[in-house]
Amino acid sequence: MSDTHAQTVPYVRKTMVEQSPPPASEIGVVKWLRENLFSGPLNIILTLISLWVVYWVVSHVGPWLINGIWDADSLSECREIRNATMGEGTSAACFGVIGERWQQLVYGFYPKEAYWRPVVALLVFFAGLAPVLFASLPRKLLYFTMASPFLMFMLLWGGSIWGPIAVALGFGVGYAAIKLISPINGLLGTVAAIVLPILYWFLIAGPLAGAVNSVLPIGLEYIPSKDFGGFLLSSIIGVAGIFLSLPLGILLALARQSDLPIIKWCAVTFIEVIRGVPLIVWLFTASLLLNYFLPPGTNFDLMLRVIIMVTLFSAAYIAEVVRGGLAALPKGQYEGADSLGLNYWQSMQLIILPQALKISIPGIVNTFIGLFKDTTLVVFIGLFDPLGLAGAIRASTEWNGIYWELFLFIGIMFFIACFSMGRYSLYLEKKLQRDHR
Amino acid sequence: MKKTVFFGALTVAGLAAGMASAATLDDVKARGSLNCGVTTGLVGFAAPNAEGVWEGFDVGVCRAVAAAIFGDPTAVEFVPTTGQTRFTALASGEIDLLARNTTWTMSRDVDLKFEFVGVNYYDGQGFMVPKALGVTSAKELDGATVCIQTGTTTELNLADFFRTNGISYEPVPIETNAEAQQQYLAGACDVYTTDASGLAATRATFEAPGDHVLLPEIISKEPLGPLVRHGDNEWGDIARWTLNALITAEELGVTSENIAELSAAAGDNPEVNRLLGTEGELGAQLGLDADWAKNAIMAGGNYGELFENNIGENTTIGLARGLNAQWTDGGLIYSPPFR
Amino acid sequence: MSTLTDPPKPGFRLSQLIYDTRYRSITIQVVAFVLILLGLAWLVNNIVNNLAALGKDFDFGFLSQSAGYDINQRLIEYDNQMSHGRAAIVGILNTLLVAFLGCITATVIGVVAGVLRLSKNWVVSSLMAVYVEGFRNVPLLLWIILIFAIMTESMPHPRDFRGENATQSMLMGDNVAVTNRGIWIPRLAFTNSVSGQEAVAPVDGATPVASGGLDWLLVLGTLAISIFAIRQLGKRADRIQSATGERPTTWWQQLAILIVPVGLVSFFLGMTIVSPYLKGFNFAEGVHLRNSLIALWFALSLYTGAFIAEIVRGGILAISKGQTEAAYALGIQPGRTMKLVILPQAMRVIIPPLISQFLNLTKNSSLALAVGYMDVRATLGGITINQTGRELEGMLLLGAFYLVLSLLISAGMNYYNQSTQMKER
Repeated sequence: MSDTHAQTVPYVRKTMVEQSPPPASEIGVVKWLRENLFSGPLNIILTLISLWVVYWVVSHVGPWLINGIWDADSLSECREIRNATMGEGTSAACFGVIGERWQQLVYGFYPKEAYWRPVVALLVFFAGLAPVLFASLPRKLLYFTMASPFLMFMLLWGGSIWGPIAVALGFGVGYAAIKLISPINGLLGTVAAIVLPILYWFLIAGPLAGAVNSVLPIGLEYIPSKDFGGFLLSSIIGVAGIFLSLPLGILLALARQSDLPIIKWCAVTFIEVIRGVPLIVWLFTASLLLNYFLPPGTNFDLMLRVIIMVTLFSAAYIAEVVRGGLAALPKGQYEGADSLGLNYWQSMQLIILPQALKISIPGIVNTFIGLFKDTTLVVFIGLFDPLGLAGAIRASTEWNGIYWELFLFIGIMFFIACFSMGRYSLYLEKKLQRDHR
Repeated sequence: MKKTVFFGALTVAGLAAGMASAATLDDVKARGSLNCGVTTGLVGFAAPNAEGVWEGFDVGVCRAVAAAIFGDPTAVEFVPTTGQTRFTALASGEIDLLARNTTWTMSRDVDLKFEFVGVNYYDGQGFMVPKALGVTSAKELDGATVCIQTGTTTELNLADFFRTNGISYEPVPIETNAEAQQQYLAGACDVYTTDASGLAATRATFEAPGDHVLLPEIISKEPLGPLVRHGDNEWGDIARWTLNALITAEELGVTSENIAELSAAAGDNPEVNRLLGTEGELGAQLGLDADWAKNAIMAGGNYGELFENNIGENTTIGLARGLNAQWTDGGLIYSPPFR
Repeated sequence: MSTLTDPPKPGFRLSQLIYDTRYRSITIQVVAFVLILLGLAWLVNNIVNNLAALGKDFDFGFLSQSAGYDINQRLIEYDNQMSHGRAAIVGILNTLLVAFLGCITATVIGVVAGVLRLSKNWVVSSLMAVYVEGFRNVPLLLWIILIFAIMTESMPHPRDFRGENATQSMLMGDNVAVTNRGIWIPRLAFTNSVSGQEAVAPVDGATPVASGGLDWLLVLGTLAISIFAIRQLGKRADRIQSATGERPTTWWQQLAILIVPVGLVSFFLGMTIVSPYLKGFNFAEGVHLRNSLIALWFALSLYTGAFIAEIVRGGILAISKGQTEAAYALGIQPGRTMKLVILPQAMRVIIPPLISQFLNLTKNSSLALAVGYMDVRATLGGITINQTGRELEGMLLLGAFYLVLSLLISAGMNYYNQSTQMKER
């Protein structure tokens, strides 16, 4: 304010009052604090409790993390280093175990010189997924998507290149059956497309691959399932489970929506039985009982049994997700398809499923996150998932007695993977909502 | 269309895994490796190292059998099993041999239909308590909280022991040894009970082993040994006599150091000659090469060497031979003659 | 077309089974049904062959054999001489207990976290976001193991409570002991017990105090009748209100009905509180909530709570703000707005996913295995199978139990869901 004018003109202010800054309590940090943290008694209490919780956690975990020792080859060495540098009884993490064993936690017992193979398989996976997720990519890439499961199998397990090719040829057989026989007789064509490939796989594929391989042996070094472990194992079980269960789940969802009572009830029974029983019971079934259900003498490795069980398990969940997608479509779409004179499979294939699946993708991603987390349960049947490996590492003489460091590492890895997938699914959901408006 | 795709892939994968036939030896030879069931991790007995190579006393038995068959101690696929899955894995043919510190009991032999091929470690269930507790006998443990590993004979023995002595306890069942150890150290239980060897091995890795004592009571007999399925005696013979070969080798003074020399030509001791295949046809009787026992011993040394290298007094685990000394030294380790 | 004038062909030709849509659906179903039956027959046949090959039979007789193992937490009487069947029931009750407790606390945690995450308070909402994301994105098994380990590592040892200069003391007037073996809380007992169960001394040398099922039945029965009476009173008040517009004051009557009869019954039964006390290695008496139960319960509640929080948040966000404003415009008080306008609508969105969360929690309770909680999977599906070698029978029973439990829960919750569903035209 200026004093000069105040003297001469006592009553009327002629000039504007200079803008004064808002009171300290109404700007910047203070205002923000007042409005957001201390706006009422309840809020103050909540804020104080929250701050105390944060302080408590940080004060307990902080020193342990900061004092972490990275360069040690065994727990006893860690303790020596700690006693020498920080004094006995100091809280200090021993991250040496991560440094020494992180490769094992990620790849299991997969041969070191072949670590590139899972990495490439992961790239192939994403490359195969891209055309499905991003409609802007050229459609030709879908052929690569179709080939990618075989490529990934080839990379991960190795062995002769002719095995996967012989299996893939089976689909060619089915496709040829449809193309050649359907024009003559539609029903016969469908039956042939199912029966011929199965016959081919059972009778011809094996000898064929063997014969070609004996002539032209090309392939990668074979790596048995027992060498798989850690996050590699979790990812394979999760990814294989979800992708193998998709077709089955879609069929189940269609069956559950079907007008044919027997089909419908079979699907309902299957879905409810699978969903009603915990995954761990199914895993024990895979490990203890599956041999009872197969012809005497058949025996295949535990990992494959687990993948089969997980596939059946997630098929029931996927079926429910897809059913949600089917139910969300307006009835007009079904009626429209009918009025065009399309038969059931045509209308499903051309009209209903493309839309229903699109809205189901976030649900499918969520199912995948759940399944990926649930793969940790395989530790109970003796497979070395990250938690199982943590147990095995703690059983070695060097690292016996170590605890939190391993679980922290595993937890963070899972968090990163699941959190980013969760965000992606949210993004998709939002995008779909926008698309619909 | 897509459905058939995946069903087909599964079918083929299933077929590729193959069929088990009656003769285990033929299967193993055809496969080119032995499937051996071990624990998911027990210090000194079986655990993978940083390279993923399995090491331990039970692992040594697996390697010896593989070496006897293939002449190659690395021709083994180790299948980790839990207390719950181990018997099914063996019964279903998933593994050919189970070497997972399994107690030889009558019901396992007769009712579960397994054949124990011998004993590689005589053990008994013991108790470990913190010294500070001031307990000197297991009979003073009335009302104590006891950590036990589930899925083993220990929980039955424990129930029997406390019932016969008319005292009560609070069982805390734990799935793995590592977990039980953590619980015990944190004081969540007063007592940890498992096989005495396991207790010693566990105690050895503590930050302050001296603060804990093993109580004098051994409440059960736990003869631990490798086992195979009923119904294939030829296969059982191979496992049994490989184990016996390791034991006999120690008795006869055949070690991994002098074995090359001893097996080069027939020597003075006829039993050594028969064992190492420089004399007689014991290998052929088993359907193996003449130098099967030599290979088995070279895999990890004789019984005594296996013991010393994995769980013996010079290792961190530091188990004394005790009952597991040769019969000539007053122990129970005794092999039928090679003749 | 000449066929138009043709009379419809009488009779039935086989080809109609395939080409006539009326019959084709029947054909498809019969074929599918036969295929499924064949598949099942193949499985059963394999089982029979495999059992024969292993020399086993299919027999549930093992359930009546003596179990031989002890169970630490038992809601009904059990000792190691009782049968495997009894052990299975003990396990079933333990599963039900943790599932029941878990569902309640998960709902509470979920609702609180869901509401707080919408709070304007930045610290609170971001803390809740950390909680929700942290629990949702890390496997439950890991959380169970970690919480179990934290409990055993950070809580005091029972011996710290001992002696003159104990470093720890019991809470709430020497009634609650928090240790690394679990929490001991007082229990209620009856000095004039009508069930005549064996009595146990509350403190060394004191008079034994019994607590029997019959006593509890009496107390809880009285409570149930009182609650019923209170509801009748409330309905009567509603009727009077709708008839006259005046609502009679009933709260003191309701309070009296709630307290007086139960108080009288408890008094005549001689209800007393029996506190835990140190005896030997552990605390004795009172109720022992074991670490395994607490860890599993906490982990299940926190994990499921994180999912429920998201459901609740979604439910609240789904109700448009206009609903609240309209209710205020009608002069409805804020509390009643919540109760009569917002909640009924939010519930419609919340309940269906909530049901599946409860189902998940119940099924996830089978992870008890990680902390040695003796649930049905640990008794029937674990030790019993292991000791008897009856994996087929045991797993069948186990699967059947979980299936029935899941179906019962979803049936019950669906019924509730239908009753809360808004009647739409």
